[in-house]
Amino acid sequence: MNIIYTDVLVIGGGLAGLRLAIGARRRGHDAIILSLVPAKRSHSKAAQGGMQASLGNAAKGQGDNEDVHFEDTVRGSDWGADQEVVRMFVNTAPKAVRELAAWGVPWTRIRKGDRQVVINGQKVTITERAEADGLLSQRDFGGTKKWRTCYVADGTGHAMLTAVADQAIAESIPVHERTEALALIHDGKRCYGAVVRDLVTGALSAYVARATAIATGGAGRLYRNTTNAVISEGIGSAIALETGHVALGNMEAVQFHPTTIFPAGILMTEGCRGDGGLLRDVDGHRFMPDYEPEKKELASRDVVSRRMEEHIKRGKGARSRFGEHLWLDITLLGEHHIKHNLREVWEICHYFLGVDPVKDLIPVRPSQHYTMGGVRTRPTGESPTLRGLFCAGEAACWDMHGFNRLGGNSVAETVVAGMIVGEYIADFCSSPAADATIPTALIREFVEREQAKLDAMVKRGQGEDASLIKREMQEIMTGKVGIFRTGSELDEAVESLQKLLVRSRRIALKAHSPGSNPELVTAYRVQKMLKLALTVAHGAQVRTESRGAHFRQDFPRRDDAQWLKRTLATWKDEYDTLPTLAYEDLDVKRMELPPGWRGYGAKDYIDHPDTAARQAEVEAARGRNAGTDRFALQEALMPYEQLLPEVLRGRNERLDERFDEPLPKAAA
Amino acid sequence: MTETPRGRTLEFQILRYNPQEPGAVPRMQTYTLDEADGMTLFIALNEIREKQDPSLQFDFVCRAGICGSCAMMINGRPDLACRTLTRNLGLETTLAPLPVFELIGDLSVNTGKWMRTMSERLETWVHMKEEGVDFKRIEAPMDADLAEKIYELDRCIECGCCVAGCGTARMREDFVGAVGLNKIARFRLDPRDARTDADYYELIGDDNGVFGCMSLLACHDVCPKKLPLSTQIAFMRRKMAGMGWNQEKP
Repeated sequence: MNIIYTDVLVIGGGLAGLRLAIGARRRGHDAIILSLVPAKRSHSKAAQGGMQASLGNAAKGQGDNEDVHFEDTVRGSDWGADQEVVRMFVNTAPKAVRELAAWGVPWTRIRKGDRQVVINGQKVTITERAEADGLLSQRDFGGTKKWRTCYVADGTGHAMLTAVADQAIAESIPVHERTEALALIHDGKRCYGAVVRDLVTGALSAYVARATAIATGGAGRLYRNTTNAVISEGIGSAIALETGHVALGNMEAVQFHPTTIFPAGILMTEGCRGDGGLLRDVDGHRFMPDYEPEKKELASRDVVSRRMEEHIKRGKGARSRFGEHLWLDITLLGEHHIKHNLREVWEICHYFLGVDPVKDLIPVRPSQHYTMGGVRTRPTGESPTLRGLFCAGEAACWDMHGFNRLGGNSVAETVVAGMIVGEYIADFCSSPAADATIPTALIREFVEREQAKLDAMVKRGQGEDASLIKREMQEIMTGKVGIFRTGSELDEAVESLQKLLVRSRRIALKAHSPGSNPELVTAYRVQKMLKLALTVAHGAQVRTESRGAHFRQDFPRRDDAQWLKRTLATWKDEYDTLPTLAYEDLDVKRMELPPGWRGYGAKDYIDHPDTAARQAEVEAARGRNAGTDRFALQEALMPYEQLLPEVLRGRNERLDERFDEPLPKAAA
Repeated sequence: MTETPRGRTLEFQILRYNPQEPGAVPRMQTYTLDEADGMTLFIALNEIREKQDPSLQFDFVCRAGICGSCAMMINGRPDLACRTLTRNLGLETTLAPLPVFELIGDLSVNTGKWMRTMSERLETWVHMKEEGVDFKRIEAPMDADLAEKIYELDRCIECGCCVAGCGTARMREDFVGAVGLNKIARFRLDPRDARTDADYYELIGDDNGVFGCMSLLACHDVCPKKLPLSTQIAFMRRKMAGMGWNQEKP
């Protein structure tokens, strides 16, 4: 039996996994990264439009700070987020973006003076400050009060991933490419590493580590229509679920991105609308202001996606032989802007649709885009139930997105969580708590169990077809667990998925080629994906309210009285066909921003009984702190800084919030 | 949107070889498929694998032309399969794995390993002038046009097309390829990198570096991101030749 030992085993080679491995490595711990693909091909690459960080450099970002970013994120989450985690995030995001600037990311920079932009369909001239010349630029994104999204044209994730993956190489961190974790090794209390399959040879090994981190991204491929890469199948979350001791939080919270090309589902960045692009219907009419007079095209993604589908249901969709869609119009931005700031968009339109977005409209319709739910962790990234297991990024639910994530907050989360969780993993590995007596019998048992499962599928002569089961699952998820949900459809979905799960235990292979065997890969993954699909569908079935991206037509109101709580799904027994659901209350009495109207979307909701009292407390605190600085007020409302690793604490400098000490000479 | 011709039946000749299989020899295998609207090679190959041959190996990740996983020889020319529309192909298409790279099986090659080796050798990261970043302070400014120029070279997706199309790479196992030379050009342009031309000369001032290039320029022609590779290689050669001249002078 091949056993590989390391301090930190990182499962997933995207931005979150790479950044946390770098953090642990710099604190003197060895790390190995497992990745399905070369790290630079991870799905982090696909982030186009940008990363939110409240630098406030750009003229339209002036006045931005952590407080504004915090409120936007909590409203975006429809109050589902953990507000302390949001605070940790917004305070670290400027540090993350500046660290990446030093690491070589070619962020788009500000040119001082006048420039023409498109706002609300009108050409407007804005003047950038002379002192901002050469600093990181910000663009507008949905659900934000200020222009906050830092960007590298529309290849932000690409540039970030390139820089961070190269830093990992600089730190000599090995990336074991084309490997896949099939199971976590654990004894119910402590995680010891993972059973790992080599996707070239098909051989199994055990990777044994003091700390194990899951950073495998989202599970978009549960759906037929998704922007996600084909590797975003949620396997990291699934192996955590399969331990029986780790909960997945809020899996029913699934984001649909408004503008994905129709019908291929490839992303057209929110930057298209942030930079002034409009949505039009079959008549060429700009319909979003009719539904959302305040934020129009730039309401949060859940709201825009629902309005688009609603508009199509009213018969206003354009028709094609693939079905109905709407139009994204960026022609008004002009050729120079499109070919400089939206060049990936131009390429995708050119190659996949044969259209030129400088002159033509782009056919779009919402598709699955982001998994808000994931492995439930503490604010440190550690699992509260399985010691030594950590999780970061889209795979995690720590939980900063609640029921809807804002555009630009996910790629920001990857590096921020990597920085925070990397420090906490290093702390853990440095402490006696990480000492583990590793029972080799347990390792052997886990490796043999996984090998036996694979062998059974290879040797079973007659049985179910893995790719057919996968396709059926994706159809059910897209058809019945999508943007609009109803109790009866969810009941059907759960029942069908349970049947599929039972059938998946009888998968037999047609191909018996040695090596990785792609059919075997589909087979073992679909068994895991079905469990995830059931956490989504069953969670949605039971949650009888609408919150953020989870919209129940039969329960259209947000119901704080009943549902201001986080879903926790566990899989108790391997032969169960449903997850066991439990709920964790969100404490209104500790919220810095008590629940209210988001500023867009539906205005009616059912209040939590504690909301009025908390709102009064918050207002009183504001009164008491009037005239003091914003930091004192924040501290009075919800202290959080003690939750951050020491190196990440402290304020962020801005042009409008200068530190007293002069800048060091080299930087000035 | 351009229309796909109706009712075509496409024939794909695919190079099959699984090195994990003892005694296996490379062979061509033919698959036929009914063309669908908007069909790409990503869709076609997945359909073949799902419905005809579950053992067929190939790599796709983003399927949107941005991750560089799916480069292969399409009718003898390296290109990204995911964004190749079948309507732009004839009735018969030949698919083969990229040459130069280690073969994993069928159309799948190990570009990741090659790129990592190249990155380690050329140290493809910013060598910071000072240790540590004070990330609480305002970031150092950079000229907006310069940032754009760096991004232009930073757009490389390490797909391997330039290496597969390169004559030198066929002859010299350790040649860093246009991908490597472009990276050095990118860091040379970046004022955040402390390295000098003398440092770069150490990395690429030989026949496995910029002087190995024979100016056949297929790299430039086949680059899916249309990076200005020929200009960058010519420029680096001039700089490195000057450097070498100064260094070798008695």
